[in-house]
Amino acid sequence: MDSRLTQFDELAGADGRIRAPYRKLSRWLAETPPELLASRREQAELLFRRIGITFAVYGAQEATERLIPFDILPRILARSEWATLEKGLIQRVAALNAFLADIYGAGEILKAGVVPADLVYRNPAYCPEMAGRRVPYDIFVHIAGVDIVRTDDQGFFVLEDNARTPSGVSYMLENREVMMRLFPELFALHRVAPIENYPDELLATLRSVAPPHANGDPTIVLMTPGQYNSAFYEHSFLADKLGVELVEGRDLFVRDDVVYMRTTEGPRRVDVIYRRIDDDFLDPLCFRPDSALGVAGLMGAYHAGNVTLANAVGAGAADDKAMYTYMPDIIKFYLGEAPLLQNVPTFRCREDEALAYVLDHLEELVVKEVNGSGGYGMLVGPHASKAQIEEFQAKLKAHPQNFIAQPTLALSTCPIALASGVAPRHVDLRPFVLQGANGARVVPGGLTRVAMTEKSLVVNSSQGGGTKDTWVIDDAWVDEEAMGQA
Amino acid sequence: MLSRTADNLYWLARYMERADFLARAIQASRRLAALPKAYGGDETEWESVLLSSGAALAFESCGRPVNEANVIAFLTFAPENPGSIRNCLEHARSNARAVRTALTIEMWESINDAYLEMRALESRDGVPCAEELARFLEVIKLTSLTYDGGAYRTMLRNDAYWFSRVGLFIERADNTARLLDVKYHVLLPQKEVVGGSLDYFQWSAILRAVSAHTAYHWVYRTSMKPWLVADLLILRPEMPRSLISCYESIVRNLDSLARAHGRQGASQRHARGVYGKLEKLTMESVFQGGLHEFVQGFIAENNRLGALISEQYLF
Repeated sequence: MDSRLTQFDELAGADGRIRAPYRKLSRWLAETPPELLASRREQAELLFRRIGITFAVYGAQEATERLIPFDILPRILARSEWATLEKGLIQRVAALNAFLADIYGAGEILKAGVVPADLVYRNPAYCPEMAGRRVPYDIFVHIAGVDIVRTDDQGFFVLEDNARTPSGVSYMLENREVMMRLFPELFALHRVAPIENYPDELLATLRSVAPPHANGDPTIVLMTPGQYNSAFYEHSFLADKLGVELVEGRDLFVRDDVVYMRTTEGPRRVDVIYRRIDDDFLDPLCFRPDSALGVAGLMGAYHAGNVTLANAVGAGAADDKAMYTYMPDIIKFYLGEAPLLQNVPTFRCREDEALAYVLDHLEELVVKEVNGSGGYGMLVGPHASKAQIEEFQAKLKAHPQNFIAQPTLALSTCPIALASGVAPRHVDLRPFVLQGANGARVVPGGLTRVAMTEKSLVVNSSQGGGTKDTWVIDDAWVDEEAMGQA
Repeated sequence: MLSRTADNLYWLARYMERADFLARAIQASRRLAALPKAYGGDETEWESVLLSSGAALAFESCGRPVNEANVIAFLTFAPENPGSIRNCLEHARSNARAVRTALTIEMWESINDAYLEMRALESRDGVPCAEELARFLEVIKLTSLTYDGGAYRTMLRNDAYWFSRVGLFIERADNTARLLDVKYHVLLPQKEVVGGSLDYFQWSAILRAVSAHTAYHWVYRTSMKPWLVADLLILRPEMPRSLISCYESIVRNLDSLARAHGRQGASQRHARGVYGKLEKLTMESVFQGGLHEFVQGFIAENNRLGALISEQYLF
């Protein structure tokens, strides 16, 4: 626990010595005049605005399209650090998929008493429609965004598994493009692992799970709720990179359990839908009858095996914050392995003992709603006002099962470039894991989110968080040090 | 391609072309209105701009008097005028955003840059001053050029390109026809008087509105004659905004679509029909039948083509 109390900076390290992955960056920073950094910051902002990389904020009337603040200093991981992380991520997603196939099937894990059955079956994200159904290759989660934090240089913690429609990958890709335009000299100094193959890997993943009738040449589409969705930019960006049509619900229709899209040349059969729309809105016949975003009859086509949805319907049953607390057991149960990535210790408020502790220690804890996302509905104890704490006390007592609580982690910090100079800010990391019928892949990197305000721990973009490019570099210093060059 | 994408591209092109036409029409009218009354400089010029841009009804309902400042404000920045330049740009960008994947980065950036410039201008207090307005009109013209050039130089020659070209030329034909319709009375041959006409500046304003002022002299090598102005805008194939030139392009692009899709449809047949009629037409017969009647008939045919395309390609 002790290491979590002192803040770990990824550049300066615990002892104040510059950590090896950051040595070249640190030297470069020392030699670079502040004016240069300032002008590059301006250029970056201009680039983002011109390209139109924006996101929409719900409820914000003034600016329906906003830029996510971008920090120009890279976050750097050594390849050796990445290797550990990569293995852990693949393990985690394998377990999530095994778990989902099980709870919509035989329910072995529930019979074994590892996870309480009511927590699964009564979970709002559990989709009764999928009970007893199998999905192609038993893969529910094709694309996962696993949120990772670190508190020291020993290991990584998983903060959250996003198994539904995780977003942010376009920022990962665009951040890299912008960085390569802004800082060619830094790329020349480091050997940065490329991530530009992500769209190809994604396409390969989607193709691998196509229904057999597609004969190896499936028609794939990306389905968006439309241009007013907060992640619309990402949807259009990805569709473009994948070379697939970006469709809305109204562009699709179902006839005889087959999905078609309306084209200028008449109906065209669709085989795989990478959907960026929530389960509830997929099919008004099956889920919300008021949804104008979905396609009537889509679930019928899905159950008939005529179309593959990625991610599968009902995948949200695994990334729930309540389920999260069982992940170490879930990994052991299905894979017989110890988890490579740690969970953050978590109090399940549904358990009386835990609840009592949480109520007594609200000032030290982070309390999260089990079904909340995007940093909404969350209490950060150490930064909360008295009124906020009282509000959460009441909420906790009324519906303890809706909450979990975690100790306030001293998230690691990374340097960011501000107008006033370089300063440390808290970060997390969202790498993207792809799971297809032909294996699992993770491109080396991810989206580093950064809390732009000093001391803040909230990195969500809807709450003013920013992003950084994330580099995985070769551990060249090992050789250099061995040769006495460092 | 998706029908919705085709629809968006078609309208995107129309809005961009309309914004460009508005900017040129406003600039031409400002020149004309600035002349002494005896030369045609008159407040009625602003009424005709409202008419040719199809905004007369909307303007009437806002209840403001017709004068230069009010009309220009209404045609450029007024959010309440559905056809103002700002709304054209806003619609164009919204369509462009919906079909980002069908546009090249150059096209998107030109629209987005103009949009950001407009937002910057709007976010400031007070009405834009004359200088800002002039600059804005220039930006719109330049945007239309970079957008168009971007499309021409960077787009794949597939249905995305053809749909957007068809939209552009239908809109362009409509604009030219409306301009002729509003000004037809000064273009009739009997109006000519020996020793020059006071309508001279009207004719030159028409030519400026379709950026054909210099072109006229290259084509005819003679002083300005009203029937030649009409000829240039209707029947001259080398004039890029003439009705016949627009239809030549429409037919060509619709044929490319038909080839790619493997079938001709009602819109191809209709466009060829309109083009064929224009090819056989002479100015004598136009004036005999009445310039006004001709232009009215053309506008109706052009609208019909829009409806047919929409039907055939399931917008």
